[in-house]
This record gives sequence, structure tokens and C-alpha cells, in this order.
Amino acid sequence: MIVICLTQLTTSALVASITVLVLAIFLGFELISKVPPTLHTPLMSGANAISGITIVAALMASNTQLSGGNKTLAGILACVALALATINCVGGFMVTGRMLEMFKRKEG
Amino acid sequence: MEWFQALGYLLSAVLFIVGLKYLGSPRTAVRGNQLGALGMLIAVVVTVAAEWGGEGIIGWSLIGIGLGSGALIGFVMAKKVEMTGMPEMVALFNGFGGAASALVALSELLGSTPDSLGDRGALGATVFLGAIGASSLIGWVTLTGSVGAMLKLNGTLRGTFSFPGVNLVKMGLLAVSLYCSYQLLCAPDSMALTYGLVGASCLLGVLFVLPIGGADMPVVISFLNSLSGLAAAAAGFVVDNNVLIISGALVGAAGLILTSIMCKAMNRPFVDVMFKTYGVSAAGDTGEKRTVRGYEAEEAALTFDGIRSVIVIPGYGMAVSQAQHVVRELGEELERRGIDVKYAIHPVAGRMPGHMNVLLAEANVPYDQLYELDAINSQFSDCDVCLVVGANDTVNPAAHTDPTGPLGGMPILDAEKARTVIIVKRSLSPGYAGVDNDLFYRQSTMMLFGDGKAKLAELLAEVKAL
Repeated sequence: MIVICLTQLTTSALVASITVLVLAIFLGFELISKVPPTLHTPLMSGANAISGITIVAALMASNTQLSGGNKTLAGILACVALALATINCVGGFMVTGRMLEMFKRKEG
Repeated sequence: MEWFQALGYLLSAVLFIVGLKYLGSPRTAVRGNQLGALGMLIAVVVTVAAEWGGEGIIGWSLIGIGLGSGALIGFVMAKKVEMTGMPEMVALFNGFGGAASALVALSELLGSTPDSLGDRGALGATVFLGAIGASSLIGWVTLTGSVGAMLKLNGTLRGTFSFPGVNLVKMGLLAVSLYCSYQLLCAPDSMALTYGLVGASCLLGVLFVLPIGGADMPVVISFLNSLSGLAAAAAGFVVDNNVLIISGALVGAAGLILTSIMCKAMNRPFVDVMFKTYGVSAAGDTGEKRTVRGYEAEEAALTFDGIRSVIVIPGYGMAVSQAQHVVRELGEELERRGIDVKYAIHPVAGRMPGHMNVLLAEANVPYDQLYELDAINSQFSDCDVCLVVGANDTVNPAAHTDPTGPLGGMPILDAEKARTVIIVKRSLSPGYAGVDNDLFYRQSTMMLFGDGKAKLAELLAEVKAL
């Protein structure tokens, strides 16, 4: 049996994560402060597709070795999460692409 | 974490940042979307590569099924959706993103034991459980809120649902969710607390959206978009992964910016939109009954004879009757007659940010004919005919004349300044704000009552016959 030893979270690691969070929020505000209204919908659906990054967390959750806990239910939930996140990513990027194609088509 | 995994995530985060940046400019938007998708692919590939070999709780075959079915469903949905169904689609995808984050949190919670929590250390366990609480709360609110918004957008749920004290109930539900999250820190194996958290958050999402009316949907959708990002960021703290934290924060910030743009366009503070339901009946039919004469398409067509400029103002009514193609045909016919045609787009026209732009692009209306509010408003006084298709509150002069009314101070398109205003509308019923529109009763206004698409087709035929 494989025993996974989780590394303990240190205060400095936590502070580093919080730093990343706060800086990313500011970066987000800076990136998107001026967007023409035409692009509001594609921007929203593109950003939404990026929030499907939860797919990574879902993969990790589905591949965790459990020694106990409610293994079956945890597995089912992780699998559903994986499917939903994938729908969000694939559908989101594709539908954004479709919209942008329409915008591009008639500029020429 | 493997070294290639950490570097892969860094690359993904950079691609997301550049992608979002590119999405903000018309020339680079297509590239931006592709870069975002590439970043996602890299993140998934390095995760699978790093996790490979471990036989986890559901096994690789099930993981494959989850990924495969999700990709297939997403593909089919994105291919099949009509442009008119775009607001519902965006709302639903938001909900899925939120639900995925919430489910990850729940799965991690159910899978943890006193031993595994002990291994995390005191601080680690607290952050882990706290993030699970945050991710669940935000994620479930996003899911049920988005599904509610979708049902409203596709017409399944009509009108607004509210009751006295709804805000108190919302506060109560929020307090219950926070309390359950807090208690879970001490008793992570309590199913009662888990159910309490999930139930209260889900209900909160429903109550958050139901009292909000149709015209406020652009705000709601942008805000849900922001929440789906924040849920992902919280999930990042659950699994201790920076790429989730970065991407989630970026999306959260982007959604908040759009939310504030939408609020400004309506001149309503965010808190108002969330907590104050417009009394639809409150301002309904006060005052005297005025009568309006409906015109025929034939009479309206005559006004296009020998003029120089036309400004078209589309609204939600155009989306409902799917009139965008006939609008474009009419525009082309007028141009063929040497008339200058412009389209004036109000920022909150329709049901999501940029809704009108998407529909007109679908109908092939040239991009350079679309004008924003600030750019077009000075031009109405030189405009011969203003054609309003299914818009109401966004052209209501009450925004200027009644500063204390529900519309007071909202930036509007000054259609009233045009020499002639032709309004295509199903009925005289007041717009979402419940304020009668004085513009309908003006001498210079011609009302064409009926379905937008049908009326415009009649108008087009008459204009061709001129």
C-alpha cells in the first residue's frame, strides 16, 4: 500500500499563495479595463472557459489515494466535476471561437 | 510537484494572461481565444502526466470517461447553439464551472480523514477546510444562480419572484452557509454541516437571481461569470495549486469589471440591482390614458423617401423576434438608395453584455457601422429617421425629464432628437423599469405595432416598392 505523506503547509507558502491571488486580481483589472462593447460577450465567454481550469483540480481529486473517508461518493463527485469542468472548457472556447469568426468575417 | 508540472502551469498562466489581453482588442481576439485554449490544454496534459501511474479513487478509465463525455457534450452544445441562445449558453457554462469547483471541494472533504488532515498540519488543515467552505459556497451559488438565470432567459420562468423580507432570508442563508463552513473547521466529518452548507448555498443562489428582472440580466450574468472564477480560485487553495488561483482571480476580476460597466450603463449601483426589485406595478399605469395611433408599414416606408441618414437602435425585442437578418437587409436596401445607415448600440441593450453586437455580427452587419452611445448621441439631431427595433427603456426621455424616477440619470440614446422616429414594437406596454415612454406619444413618432421580424419584412417590401 502506498502511503502519501502530504507536505505540511507553512505560513510562508500560504502567504506566497495569497500574494499570487492578490496580484492576479490586480492584473485582471488592468488587463480588461478597456474593452470595446463589441467584444463584451466573447470576452465573457472566453474568461468563462478559462475558469474551467478547475478541470486540473478535478483531475487531482479523482486521482487521490484515499486511505479512508467516503471513497465511493468522493470518486463519483470528482468524476462529475471533471465532466462539468470539461464541458465548460471545451464548450466555452469553441463558442467564443464561433462568435469571433462572425466578427472577423465581415471586416474584410 | 514535478518540475515539468510547475513549469507547465506557469506557461498556462502566461497564456491565459496574454489570451485575455488579446481578447480585449478586435484585431487580436481570435488569437487570444486560441492562446487561452492552448493554455488549458497544456495544464491538462501536464496534470495527467504528473498524476500518471497513481491509481487513484476513480481510476484512469473513469477519468477518461469524465474527460471524454465532457468534451463531447461541450463540443455538441457549442456547435448547436443559435446565436440568439447565447445568453442562456453563457449562463449555463458559468454554472457548470461553479458546480465543478464546488464538487471538487466536496469530494476532497468526503475523502479526508482525521489522519490525512493531521498530516496537513494545523495551518494546512485550516486553510484546506476554509477553502473547501469558500469554494462550496461560491460554487453552489454560481450553479443555482446560473440555472435560474438560464430559465429566466429562455422564458421558462417569467417575471420576477419576490416576497417581503427576501433580503433578510438571503442574509440568513448566507449566515447559515458561513456558519456551517466555520463549524466544518472543527468537525470536518459532520454530514449535517456538509448538507447544511450545500443546501443553504444552493437556495441562496436561487433567491439571488429570482427577484432580478430581465433587463438587469447583463449585470447578473457578468457577476456570475466573476463568481465562477472566484470559485475556481478557492478550489486552487483546496488542492494547493497556483494555476487555479491565478486563472480564477483573472476571471473574477474580468467579471467584476464587466459588472461595473453594466451597472454604470444603467446608472444603478450594484447593490440596487442585487437587492432592490423594481415594482413592476408601482409605476405602471398612473396618470391619464393616452392614445397612440398605430401606423402601417406603407406609411412608414414613405418617410424613407429622399432622406439622407438613418440610425437604427436595436433592443431586446430584436433578439426575441430574431429580426437581425431583416434589419440588415433593410439597412442594405436603404444604403442602395444612397442613405447613410448607422447602428446605435446601448451598452445594456439585450440580456448580456454585447448581446446586440453578437446578433448584428451574425447577420453580417459591418462592424464599422456600429456606434457606441457616446459616439452617436451627438448625431441624432442631424438624423432624418431613427428606427427603433424592440428597444424601450434605452430610448426613454424620462431618463432626462424625470431625474428622480426609476430611469433618472440613466444614459440613453437620444432618439427623440431625430426628425422622425419609427418604433417597431409589439405593444405599448412599459419597459422593464415600469415607466411609460413619452417618446411613443410624440408627433414625430410613428408606431408600428407587431412582431419585429414580420413588421420589418413588410417595411422592407414597401421600401423596395418606393
